[in-house]
Amino acid sequence: MTADRVVIAGAGQGGLQAAISLRQAGFGGAITLVGAEPGLPYQRPPLSKAYLPAGKAEALVLRPASFFASKDIAYLPGTVVEEIDRNAGELRLAGPDAPKRLGYGHLILATGTRNLRPPVDGLEHACGLRTLADADRLRARLATPQRIAVIGGGFIGLEFAAVARKLGHAVEVIEAAPRLMARAVSALTAERFARWHRAAGTGLHLGTAAASVDAGGVSLADGRRIDAGFVLLAAGVRPNAELAGAAGLETGNGIRVDAQLLTSDPQISALGDCACFPDPRSGRMVRLESVQAATDHARLIALRLAKGAAEPYAALPWFWSDQGDLKLQIAGLAGPEAREEAVADGVVARFDAQGLAAVETVGRPAIHMKARKLLAAEAPATLDVLRDVAAA
Amino acid sequence: MVKVTYVAHDGARVTVEAEPGESVMQAALSNDVEGIIGECGGAMMCATCHCYVDEAWEVGAGARAEGEEDMLEGAASEVTGRSRLSCQIKLAPELDGLVVHLPEEQL
Ligand SMILES: Cc1cc2nc3c(=O)[nH]c(=O)nc-3n(C[C@H](O)[C@H](O)[C@H](O)COP(=O)(O)OP(=O)(O)OC[C@H]3O[C@@H](n4cnc5c(N)ncnc54)[C@H](O)[C@@H]3O)c2cc1C
Ligand code: FES
Repeated sequence: MTADRVVIAGAGQGGLQAAISLRQAGFGGAITLVGAEPGLPYQRPPLSKAYLPAGKAEALVLRPASFFASKDIAYLPGTVVEEIDRNAGELRLAGPDAPKRLGYGHLILATGTRNLRPPVDGLEHACGLRTLADADRLRARLATPQRIAVIGGGFIGLEFAAVARKLGHAVEVIEAAPRLMARAVSALTAERFARWHRAAGTGLHLGTAAASVDAGGVSLADGRRIDAGFVLLAAGVRPNAELAGAAGLETGNGIRVDAQLLTSDPQISALGDCACFPDPRSGRMVRLESVQAATDHARLIALRLAKGAAEPYAALPWFWSDQGDLKLQIAGLAGPEAREEAVADGVVARFDAQGLAAVETVGRPAIHMKARKLLAAEAPATLDVLRDVAAA
Repeated sequence: MVKVTYVAHDGARVTVEAEPGESVMQAALSNDVEGIIGECGGAMMCATCHCYVDEAWEVGAGARAEGEEDMLEGAASEVTGRSRLSCQIKLAPELDGLVVHLPEEQL
């Protein structure tokens, strides 16, 4: 079933990719890309990395303004989708230059996430890091040397900490879990990163939650006090699924979709950070926050809408994080029950009853690329094959 | 400005003008040249910005960056001696007129 009018809600990495891929796949109908943020769609990964010191916003832009005209894509920046009227097949919009209502044949929800506000007093004193506007606010704060507290020892908090430390700030990271990046990486990899951050001079406070924030720093649940001139809140995100929920679509850890990335309404798809989808390997419902998931989801949806392709989503997850000198790459996706084993220097395997689930490498790009091929192959990947690859 | 010519797999040529300091990958995206994806934004993490430097520029385009060869292992199309990750070729006045060829596939 093809629709002649596709509307994409959210103009981030995945929303833009859906528009690009629709035209590449030969979709000839109308495309409207609606985004709450001002300006052209941009990439977020550099916001916690190269952008902080360099500040080159042009380098973040994903496509020039001319792209939208040449591909006949209507782009509505600074416009919020406020409501989905499924009976009428219409959206209610709010924005200075936007029509009040916009009809759709097919709707793609690409609304991403927003920062999680944990139950901590005084969070108005903390800055988040999600958007270009957030990054610019942080850049201004980084201009003069000071003491910085980071709440959250996940990827974004740690990438920021590495940059801030390099710029000469005193940095303290507060993480409620007993180790860093606990949701996403093995204990072995987490430990390696903890050693690196400590050696760089960053203080790590693990297994203790922030209890309150004020203008002078952070008080921890265990009674300790961390003085800081400013506080970054990087304690995870929450999917923007309320719009879908209010329209009666199935939600739960994001907007629920099937293997075709369709929501409970066949006229509406969802992708990227806001979508909770069946992991092709394990069948578990997962939600990934990665460029790979956002763009591969977008490509699948575009092929379905443009060409009626019906293959289920099967792309291999991959991810990266740059923290100072350490380049982490992850191929595959390990479930919470996965075990871990160091296979070679900088190579950790995650495996479960089905075999190899994921490979984490630090500074081993060739092995990362081989692991991707191994994990994407038809035959189930095993630990032994990975050992051979790592030894070669 | 520095001129760069991209030759698509089907032989179509596009020439663009880029700022010195931009990478060959960025120059392609910011001028709407198809055939380069650049999924990781130039972090040398994806190998979807693969190109073949034209014979005439083999030396001029410089050597591969550290780790570049390893990432090229995962490129979707054939890797040759002239294969580069275009995010790692920084444009400079000496590269004015650079010609790169694009592979059939990036994914
Ligand atoms: C600082 C930072 C560093 C990162 N580093 C990495 C990395 O190294 N590697 C990696 O793989 N990933 C990284 N990521 C994650 C990656 O950027 C995201 O996974 C990706 O952007 C997800 O794309 P998306 O389209 O789903 O959502 P987004 O790119 O977040 O886009 C969603 C857009 O929808 C808009 N929106 C929301 N609601 C509405 C509405 N109702 N109406 C209109 N618009 C709306 C939002 O304003 C936003 O612009 C990083 C993210 C951040 C914030
Ligand atoms: S853009 Fe990803 S490796 Fe060049």
